[in-house]
Amino acid sequence: MMYFTPLKTAVILGLCLLGTILCIPNLFPAPAPWLPWRQVHLGLDLRGGSYLLLEVDMKAVVKERLDSMVDAVRQALRPGAIFYQTLEAQPDQNRILLKLRDPARLDAALAAIRPLIAAEGRASTPEFDVASSPDGTIVLTLSPVALNARALGAVQQSIEIVRRRIDETGVVDPQITQQGETRIVVQLPGISDPNRIKELLGKTAHMTFQLVDETANPNAGGVPPPGVDFLPMQDNPNQKIAVRRRVDVDGGDLTDARAGTNPQTGEWVVNFTFNSIGARRFGDVTRANVNHRFAIVLDGKVISAPVIREPITGGRGQISGSFTAQSANDLSVLLRAGALPAPLTVVEERSVGPELGADSIRAGAISLAVGFVLVIGFMATFYGLFGWFANICLVVNLVLMLGIMSVLQATLTLPGMAGILLTLGMAVDANILINERIREEQRLGRPPLSALEHGFTRAYNTIFDSNVAAFLAHVMLFIFGSGPVRGFAVTITVGIATSMFTAWMLTRLLVSRWYIERRPQLLPV
Amino acid sequence: MFMRPTFRLVRDNTKIQFMRGRIMGLVVSAILSTASVVMFFYPGLNLGIDFSGGIVMEVRTPGPADFGQIRAALAAEHIPEQGVQQFGDPSEVLIRLGAQPSEAAVQQAVTRVRAALEKAVSGVKVLRTDAVGASVSSELFRNGLLALGISLVMILIYIWFRFEWQFAIGAVVTLILDITKAIGFLAITRIEFDLVMVAAILTILGYSTNDKVVVYDRVRENLRKYKTLPLRDLIDLSINETLNRTLGTSMTVFLASLPLALFGGESISGFAWVMLFGIIVGTSSSIFIAAPILLFLGENRLRREAAPAATPAARS
Repeated sequence: MMYFTPLKTAVILGLCLLGTILCIPNLFPAPAPWLPWRQVHLGLDLRGGSYLLLEVDMKAVVKERLDSMVDAVRQALRPGAIFYQTLEAQPDQNRILLKLRDPARLDAALAAIRPLIAAEGRASTPEFDVASSPDGTIVLTLSPVALNARALGAVQQSIEIVRRRIDETGVVDPQITQQGETRIVVQLPGISDPNRIKELLGKTAHMTFQLVDETANPNAGGVPPPGVDFLPMQDNPNQKIAVRRRVDVDGGDLTDARAGTNPQTGEWVVNFTFNSIGARRFGDVTRANVNHRFAIVLDGKVISAPVIREPITGGRGQISGSFTAQSANDLSVLLRAGALPAPLTVVEERSVGPELGADSIRAGAISLAVGFVLVIGFMATFYGLFGWFANICLVVNLVLMLGIMSVLQATLTLPGMAGILLTLGMAVDANILINERIREEQRLGRPPLSALEHGFTRAYNTIFDSNVAAFLAHVMLFIFGSGPVRGFAVTITVGIATSMFTAWMLTRLLVSRWYIERRPQLLPV
Repeated sequence: MFMRPTFRLVRDNTKIQFMRGRIMGLVVSAILSTASVVMFFYPGLNLGIDFSGGIVMEVRTPGPADFGQIRAALAAEHIPEQGVQQFGDPSEVLIRLGAQPSEAAVQQAVTRVRAALEKAVSGVKVLRTDAVGASVSSELFRNGLLALGISLVMILIYIWFRFEWQFAIGAVVTLILDITKAIGFLAITRIEFDLVMVAAILTILGYSTNDKVVVYDRVRENLRKYKTLPLRDLIDLSINETLNRTLGTSMTVFLASLPLALFGGESISGFAWVMLFGIIVGTSSSIFIAAPILLFLGENRLRREAAPAATPAARS
């Protein structure tokens, strides 16, 4: 128990050295880019920044899918002249309801719909479950598997678009990750007022080019004719434009968009370029509709509805519509980054300015220093030499904790700093247990070496049991906690692990070297 | 200082008959915990926005803050605040807004408060904004409770596995009593109950478990060592033997938490005060609650089992 082979000694000291080396990257920035320079990250609460939790609107995702399926069904039923009373999406129940006018045509309708479902289902199971009853009702329900796949796809696509949009704003080192099934965490270091980012993320930016129905009068009130919507103008919501529902060209076919000024009028515009598909469609539509109005619709609002003067065949165009430099620039960012598959809502926001972060670091550092001194003083006073062994372990423990956290690239938060301090208080517990035990064994009349042997062995069981129990509580905190609290759980769990190492290995090594050196008749415990 | 210990917390051969006070300990604990549960419902906890939803903004004004001016500025914009108060420094102000009807409303309110402040107070700086929507806050609350519940169950299973069921029940009942007292402390002091407090309570849970396990561990060892000693005397002996360690560790954790309470800043000092309270409760409950429960539950059972056991190792 008290004998250490040279190899074992080397391993223990080597681990301590390794911990120290792992701490070095925290002291200064990487001298060369090829070095593995892993540092502890400061949490947003310490360095300032914003944390946004976004929720992907899954209802919108489902609704869009159902709407497009309704369209597909409508077109599938048309060639066979199968008429229906009802064909509607019921997004709340994730299903489409179809009621045929003539129940006898049920089989024909099913036959027409089946290929749609087979074609849509890329996975082994079909996307929709089909149920029919003899009264001519067909219900298409989005299957849970397909629903999950669609949700996953929508979230991942949203993450990609969010990343592109944020990259355009020049925020350094943003972190965008998925949380749970439908949420996205966006962390923006150094941004204490995330308003502009929130505005950029608040738009789905789905842009379409649709023809205007010039025969309808949207501002007279009344119901729009079939296949036409009355959409408000972006800069004047009271003015409505009658826009045909059919999307002629989609913003997804854009390859580039840049803010610029019109050389003649000097006003701000957005210049865009289509890919080959978009360019061809745009050319076709403009050629066929010269002198008609063409609406540019963004998220259900008409940006502008200019008259087509001549066919636009080069795949390039320009949007004007009372832009400012900022709004033209924002729109071009949104168009370049692409449309979100569904709207995002901010469900949680936490932002901290750099001043408060600096204050917190200072407060944390002072507390850490004072607490450290108090604990060291206590151990020295109440345990003498063996207390100093514990204190050496305490320092090594701190170094190892930082080293492991650096390797894990863990995030240090203010609660995390509190966690380090608490860990230091608790880490000496193992040493206290050992010291008390050795003292007891010596009082039972054992000679020094035997007292050390028994003391360490007996204390070990207790240390193990008591630490595992505390460990369990903090692992739970890590699993269920969020944000800064997770940082706390990380520091404490790492601290429990390192303190078991230092108490069990390092203390024993120190005591054994000291014993061999001095050969005392009585242990000063 | 570098050789022998300067002081000892408790003299060797201390023989305090703790189990004499067992009824007293349990009664006092039961009263405190009942009072805490009552206070949990009335007046209730001061829920932070993590759990209630809403907005908290911390702002710094160039000079000492004029609270009337800030209140007037918010009132002029028809923003219903739930509190404008000093936060630490005289120049720092905490503005609270209650839960908003929708997620979008939360975001609008943040923007409006910011604009109103910037208009009314020149040079004002927003140091911190926390805005939590209703869906997130209820989820955070549920996760907090879940973490607490699962931790308790895991501790129960672990101690059951390593010791006997009497130990496990004793520990978990004591832990629940500890937690209720910590919640009562939060209700009395009106310290805001937020996510960090869940962390504090779980840390107390971890610390308190640790403390109980050490005493239990000694009881288990003594059960094997002294086959005929009555359980009551055996528990007293075990507590006395571990008393130096119990007090020593609670003092180091106490000393480590104290600077956080004093210098840790507004946001972490609440956490530290709850920790300090929890350390005192957790330490005393090991002696006055967990041990008596073990005595009641194990009076006959633990002894009868131990007597015929020829191989002590078989029980570990």
